[in-house]
Amino acid sequence: MAQRTLKGRVAIVGIGETHYYKHGQSPDAEFKLALQAVLRACADAGLDPRHIDGFASYGDDRSEATRLASALGLPRLRSATMQWGGGGGGCCAAVANGAAAIATGQADCVVVFRSLAQGQHGRFGQASGAGAAAATISGERSYLAPYGVISPPQRFAMRVQRYMHDHGVRQEALRAIALASYHHAQNNPRAVMHGKPLDAAKYDASRWIVEPFHLFDCCMENDGAAALILMDAQRAADCAQKPVYLLGAAAGSGPRFGSFAHNSIEYASGNFGTVAPDLYRMAGVEPKDVGVVQAYDSFTGGVLMALAEHGFFPPEAANDFLVLDNLVAKGGRLPLNTSGGNLAECYVHGFELVLEAVRQVRGTSSNQAARNDVALVVGGPMVSPVSDLLLGSGDVL
Amino acid sequence: MPVAETDGLSAPYWAGLQQEKLLVQRCSRCKRWQFGPEWICHKCHAFDPDWVEVPAEGRIYSWERVWHPVHPALKGHCPYLAVLVELPHAGGLRMVGNLLGDPLQEVRIGAEVQGVFEHHPEASQPYTLLQWRCR
Repeated sequence: MAQRTLKGRVAIVGIGETHYYKHGQSPDAEFKLALQAVLRACADAGLDPRHIDGFASYGDDRSEATRLASALGLPRLRSATMQWGGGGGGCCAAVANGAAAIATGQADCVVVFRSLAQGQHGRFGQASGAGAAAATISGERSYLAPYGVISPPQRFAMRVQRYMHDHGVRQEALRAIALASYHHAQNNPRAVMHGKPLDAAKYDASRWIVEPFHLFDCCMENDGAAALILMDAQRAADCAQKPVYLLGAAAGSGPRFGSFAHNSIEYASGNFGTVAPDLYRMAGVEPKDVGVVQAYDSFTGGVLMALAEHGFFPPEAANDFLVLDNLVAKGGRLPLNTSGGNLAECYVHGFELVLEAVRQVRGTSSNQAARNDVALVVGGPMVSPVSDLLLGSGDVL
Repeated sequence: MPVAETDGLSAPYWAGLQQEKLLVQRCSRCKRWQFGPEWICHKCHAFDPDWVEVPAEGRIYSWERVWHPVHPALKGHCPYLAVLVELPHAGGLRMVGNLLGDPLQEVRIGAEVQGVFEHHPEASQPYTLLQWRCR
């Protein structure tokens, strides 16, 4: 039996995204944004959209595979997968699910995408619309919302607070993560925060959202869509772009991480304790081989945990490692979130991070890292399930 | 603010709070503590774990001070403190609540706290929340 792996079997052959908007500013409906991103990814790949035979997404994306296939007049739909739960934690798993369909012969050309128009459908960060009027709630939220622990920053701040307490991490470490994203966004014309630089003084003076998160520790909310196209490695070589191969993929959760009302066994954690080792094992690489990282930045504190759990530094060394000079594309030890990410490029639920990792391996990022043959994407710290991807060039297969 | 819907699984917990009793699950077979409640014991897979009363006393495991109101009912009520309280008498289970008193007080992880049953009899479906105060 062949080795069970995705390494080298599947490649990303095209990427595309819409214009990125502040939430509520897209003139187009969410589904139209999804279509635009899909077609741009096809154009990038030099591919007739009618070759698409699969869709994969996550985060309960509303742009259903069946409607997309109908709208695009596809001759057939073969694979339609949705990663359960975890919000943005599925951004890498969706790619892995699509790749698995190709590697097992269930599809030939899968689009992986996320479309999100928060103006049309409501923001995650505000209890508004029908949600605000609801008299009762159920599930985990019923143990949290009556105490005013409602929005994502409120649900994650206590994990970060405990982590900072356990390991002596200072606010400056979180600040460096925010500064890196904004630094890179200034050189990325797609970024919503392009032309809006951030410095340490502005960060320090910004209001608290929920301690220990300042305003700039929290991601934006946006309207936009992003997509990529997967094909099997052999056919990818015939496409217009340099193929970017999957080296490794892993997703999941540690023991009882999602147990209700903050009863995770490993509470102060990004939830990569079981996932990161699987990722490195499949890819056959080590942290020192990774040249550039896109780490899901809904909140800076989650990036802190994720980087430590992927072996880039022990938690006790976070204050020394997490300084701006180490995190910038030009000359940094570990270039981080080189498009600006969720904090400063666009909150497409982390899918913009996957596209940026592809650009890095291609060598076409506006903040190009020097070492780009192995690029890591980390999806969704502190949620369950989380997911990871390692992408690489043909040289590292 | 929205209140908890007392589904079949969580009904004993919310009913207990109304009687000023803190109830959590404990498996009658293997004695494993469990919260939030579930239909099965995560250790030995016996169904329908027992509900047992534990003292409403604990230690602050983590905390947050909320400055930005995200619900219309919270406008004008910020900042406020949320705490995660570890229950040493219940195998280290944790509960989320509010820390009462000055919202600007210095909060210390590890501080001992006492539960306070906060009744809401005026609600259309009366309910009780479990809040915390430093001891």
